[in-house]
Amino acid sequence: MPLEGGEAHNRAAMPTVALFVPCYVDQLYPQVAVATLRLLERHGCRVVFPPDQTCCGQPMSNAGQASDAAPLARAFLDTFASYDHVVAPSGSCVAMVKHQYPGLAPDHPALQKVRASTFELCEYLHDVLGVRKVEGRFARTVGLHRSCHGQRELRLASGSERQVPPFDKVKTLLGTLDGIRLVEPARTDECCGFGGTFAATEEAVSCLMGKDRLDEHAKAGAEVITGVDMSCLMHLDGLAKRERRGVRILHVAEVLLGEAA
Amino acid sequence: MSPPTVAAGAHPGGQQAGPFPGHPVAAARFTADVDRAHWHDQALWFVRVKRDRAAAQLPAWERLRELAEGLKAHALANLAGYLEAFEKNATAHGAVVHWARDAQEHNRIVHELLAARGVTRLVKSKSMLTEECGLNPYLEARGVEVVDTDLGERIVQFRHEPPSHIVLPAIHIKKEEIGELFHQELGTEKGASDPKYLTEAARGHLREKFLAAQAGLTGVNFAVADTGAVVVCTNEGNADMGTALPPLHIACMGLEKIVPRAEDLGVFLRLLARSATGQAVTTYTTHFLGPKPGGELHVVLVDNGRSALLARDPFRRALACIRCGACMNTCPVFRRSGGYSYGTTVPGPIGSVLGPTQGPGAHASLPFASTLCGSCADVCPVRIDLHHQLLAWRRVLVEGGYAPTGKTLALRLTAWVFASPWRFALAGRLMRAALRLLPAGLMRRLAGAWGRQRDLPAPPPESFRDLYRRTNGRP
Repeated sequence: MPLEGGEAHNRAAMPTVALFVPCYVDQLYPQVAVATLRLLERHGCRVVFPPDQTCCGQPMSNAGQASDAAPLARAFLDTFASYDHVVAPSGSCVAMVKHQYPGLAPDHPALQKVRASTFELCEYLHDVLGVRKVEGRFARTVGLHRSCHGQRELRLASGSERQVPPFDKVKTLLGTLDGIRLVEPARTDECCGFGGTFAATEEAVSCLMGKDRLDEHAKAGAEVITGVDMSCLMHLDGLAKRERRGVRILHVAEVLLGEAA
Repeated sequence: MSPPTVAAGAHPGGQQAGPFPGHPVAAARFTADVDRAHWHDQALWFVRVKRDRAAAQLPAWERLRELAEGLKAHALANLAGYLEAFEKNATAHGAVVHWARDAQEHNRIVHELLAARGVTRLVKSKSMLTEECGLNPYLEARGVEVVDTDLGERIVQFRHEPPSHIVLPAIHIKKEEIGELFHQELGTEKGASDPKYLTEAARGHLREKFLAAQAGLTGVNFAVADTGAVVVCTNEGNADMGTALPPLHIACMGLEKIVPRAEDLGVFLRLLARSATGQAVTTYTTHFLGPKPGGELHVVLVDNGRSALLARDPFRRALACIRCGACMNTCPVFRRSGGYSYGTTVPGPIGSVLGPTQGPGAHASLPFASTLCGSCADVCPVRIDLHHQLLAWRRVLVEGGYAPTGKTLALRLTAWVFASPWRFALAGRLMRAALRLLPAGLMRRLAGAWGRQRDLPAPPPESFRDLYRRTNGRP
């Protein structure tokens, strides 16, 4: 298989990537993990799945239960300490490792190493592998849902709030697929309302936010909504299916593989 | 002594009767009227878009935010010195500076100033501090007529409601409802809802109040340590009208309003109006340096929990807030749940940080009334890390035992399952089997709040880890 990417990469020099599969992706969306693995391999990585991994601890930490999250953070650091790079199909779980682990496992010997070597999938393709063209075809009208933690914790894009030179790593990669038509919702990076336990404890606001996102993507003409976080997409998909909206919801790894072409 | 109540005194929650039910319940009531929730969302999003356009006009926007953050951090770290410098310089220009430990002392000082001069008619311009202190009812109980002269504040005052937003106090009220209110209160034509007509009516009404007032009270946007000036920003000129006519001007401010130098206003004034309403600058920006000839200027410096908050990391950073309201306008939750769903004087993201400072377990639902999307932190002109502060509050509240026990135990059990790859894989298999085998209706009920409006995911036959193992790493 040919290597893609703006810069020439030597397969022998490619690092070993440990696949970090968020717990709910592992159990409910294995196809997203498979797509991530294939995409990384297609771009020349050697990919392994460390079997001891479970959950990064974000549900507990974001609920304020630091003492319940800390053992999971330490186990995660143990599991991933020995790899060159750790890549996950999730902005939120990666942001957890990068930004919350210092408070949860401050003395762990692998803390700084794992924080520095953990990446969201698109960030990894764009920044580390230097991919500037993704080979593949996806002839659909696609709306990108910019999940908040990827957006504002990892800075995958410049964002609508800040006055900085515009960039958008995920959209840049998507835009290089053959046949893809990208459309923008009026509010380019508003939250979908998932928010972890917020989805249940604040059900009313959560669902209204999600329906508003679906409405805006529909208005923009999206046949497919994609994004970097399956959690936001699970919420949007659940709302869309209940109302039989017909929009298809796919993780960005699936779109970048060109599967629906 | 009253408990510390930093900038977010409790109020009865607007139209809701009874004790405040917590954000989820109050928010569900507001969103039950979907059209109204969308109308409220659109009105505030419009302000957010104006803010974006105004910010984009300044190439140095992000640099200004960094400067403002640094200036506030410096002023707060050296607060005592700057407050004393302000007192010295303001006094040198003929102002009288008062120090109030808490809301009660503040109210007493203001009342004594009024009573000593026989004032029974007071006009006020916008001041969230006096809302926090409950000044209006305190004065009214002592025979002083208090008229809020900001149009939005006058509207909510007519309705016996607190402001629902710190910059746009009546944003939750439709113009038709204001038409009906003014018909009853001001005798405007029945059914008239033209904003210009209604504003003219309010203007005439307020003009009489201004002319009859014996004293004017204003809030303070900035107090300048090196000059002793207080700076008041309004769009309606009501602070100017209210202080130009009567001989007595009382300016009330929280301790945190200090900026070190007059030139620092070049940073803050450029940020404030752009962040608040998308204007380049407020219509009126008035610098009060001492009293006018023949008049009196009294400045009341209020602590009311602020110095206690200053000692508390990381929440002390919330004292940098310049009350622009941008975090409310951008918050996707606030826009859809309304200001009263917070049950505090200052609502929204900053209110959810300040609310819990009122005491152990106070306003415990507010730090959870957020998806932690972080938009608030990115619009904040002084770069308060609001969503990280909300997360920090969640930890404090859980440690103090103020989170719902059921949720805490459920997550603790989940953490125990996650702590072992074996238990995790087994639990996953059971969950997928349940999704596959149990009737959809039953699963929906089991999924509780998730399943009422959302379908559950279709369960795959095997997890990724099982697939990976079965295919020897070649799924």
